[in-house]
Amino acid sequence: MAAATSAAGWHKGGSVHPILLLVVQRVALGLLLLLAVSAVIFLGVEALPGDTAQAILGQSATPQALENLRAQMGLDQPPLTRYFSWLGGLMTGDMGLSLTNGQDIAQGIGQRLGNTLFLAFWAAVISVPLAILLGLVAARYQGRWPDKLISGVTLSTISLPEFVVGYLVLYFLAVKWQIFPSVAMVFPGMGIFERLNAVILPVIVLVLVVLAHMMRMTRAAILNVMQSAYIETAELKGLGPMQVIWRHAFPNAIAPVVNVVMLNLAYLVVGVVVVEVVFVYPGMGQYLVDHVAKRDLPVVQAAGLIFAAVYIGLNILADVISILANPRLRHPK
Amino acid sequence: MRMPFSALLGLIFTGAFFFAAIFAPLIAPYDMAEVVGGVWDPVSATHWFGTDAIGRDMLTRMIYGGQTTIFVASAATILSFVLGSILGFTAAVTGGWVDQILSRIVDLIMAIPSLILALVILSVTPVTLTVLILVMGLLDATRVFRLSRAVAVDITVMDYVEAARLRGEGWAWIIFREILPNALSPLVAELGLRFIFAVLFISTLSFLGLGIQPPLADWGGIVKENSAGLVYGIPAALIPAFAIAALAISVNLVADWVLSRTTSLKGGRG
Repeated sequence: MAAATSAAGWHKGGSVHPILLLVVQRVALGLLLLLAVSAVIFLGVEALPGDTAQAILGQSATPQALENLRAQMGLDQPPLTRYFSWLGGLMTGDMGLSLTNGQDIAQGIGQRLGNTLFLAFWAAVISVPLAILLGLVAARYQGRWPDKLISGVTLSTISLPEFVVGYLVLYFLAVKWQIFPSVAMVFPGMGIFERLNAVILPVIVLVLVVLAHMMRMTRAAILNVMQSAYIETAELKGLGPMQVIWRHAFPNAIAPVVNVVMLNLAYLVVGVVVVEVVFVYPGMGQYLVDHVAKRDLPVVQAAGLIFAAVYIGLNILADVISILANPRLRHPK
Repeated sequence: MRMPFSALLGLIFTGAFFFAAIFAPLIAPYDMAEVVGGVWDPVSATHWFGTDAIGRDMLTRMIYGGQTTIFVASAATILSFVLGSILGFTAAVTGGWVDQILSRIVDLIMAIPSLILALVILSVTPVTLTVLILVMGLLDATRVFRLSRAVAVDITVMDYVEAARLRGEGWAWIIFREILPNALSPLVAELGLRFIFAVLFISTLSFLGLGIQPPLADWGGIVKENSAGLVYGIPAALIPAFAIAALAISVNLVADWVLSRTTSLKGGRG
């Protein structure tokens, strides 16, 4: 849809379609924000008390050894110089070496990022349609028992932290009833079905974590649209309640619903960190947490920036989709 | 005016949790670090919640753990409220470039997920109680800032604020004597939600091994210590998990009630 709109925009007698301008503005603003975030993650953290060279060598290090290590790691350069060389490295896919084991960070991240995206992908594929469906049902039977049941269950899952949901699911589904494997082991060369079977528990947990919010806000968005005059018209002309919701309310609620979906997918970014630790899943979250404990700053900064970039990217996507979903912006007078 | 049953229930449970936290040394049957039984002994008359991974009394650890969790979460919440509301009110009252700078900084910090930013910071700083409270308080202050600024912007255009300005009152008077009393009720309702967030946050950090460090214990840490038992069918790790959920839900019930009372002009649905 984006491609079609922009193509149409360019052919309108040379003038730029306003929607294209809005989208470009939003994306540019997002990239600027990402740049600022990278500065916070690099320079802000540098400004905190703490000394990387000291952290590696320990308290008993001689001043000479500290000096040598700093020179070797480039820590004697001014922070701004190091920030730009770090940023330049990131652009070209060079994230430097890990402090603790000297391995290439980009390589370590590459494989884990794939694992994490695999997990997040299936969580999204299951939770998004399910949340929208449940939201529609709850809106259709507003105030009656299906609505109360769905709302009640989702309200209680909102109050639970991710790792509690994780252990509850682990204890009951894997240990007590032994339906699924308890440890999410994946390794290269695994078949797709083996892989799916391995990640099923973490996927269930992630789905539960984001489902509640997504469903509640879908319900709210649809109920909001249901107050419009055209819904009354549709009811008066004799359409069934589900028809009214599906044909008239839902298309008009798409922008807020998409927004909610994207924000919750962004929330998956945080959930995935905890859930990976619960299930010992070899992904980005586990990688980040391990290296925070080891005080391996280059790894933490690179991984942290990737998480922040995904989060910001999904937020931009949410805004762009709601711009595109607005017919007034799509067909200007 | 009657209090709804759910709010009463929430209030009783919240009170019980705080009571146990404050009087922990008086209530706890054993010493926190004392090994009093075997590894993961089941529930018995002497050990109401059984024993933990190295044979310490689970009930005792739960009580002391609750003390740490509630203390850290309360301290972080207070810090975030004091800092966030004062800065938010200042931004709303002064406007102009002060407002611009503060708001843009807050936008920037809120663009990074809290947990990720906290992890990045904690990889450099030493992980002590003070640092944890500071990090949690500062990160959460951004949310309080947004709310208090939004509330205060509506109040600053009121006639009585203009009257105070014309009288020649300073910004401190306007913030504390004119805006604060009128902005109090939405802030109090938000207090509960931020407290829950702080409890979940510190529990998550401790669960990841990056929060409260031994020998101190908190609920998230107790989940972590006992999580290995779950695979063998020993549910000890679920006890602190339930405690976290119970505290979160009961504070939520109270906060909901406060929110419904303060948003309704007639004083609530009763």
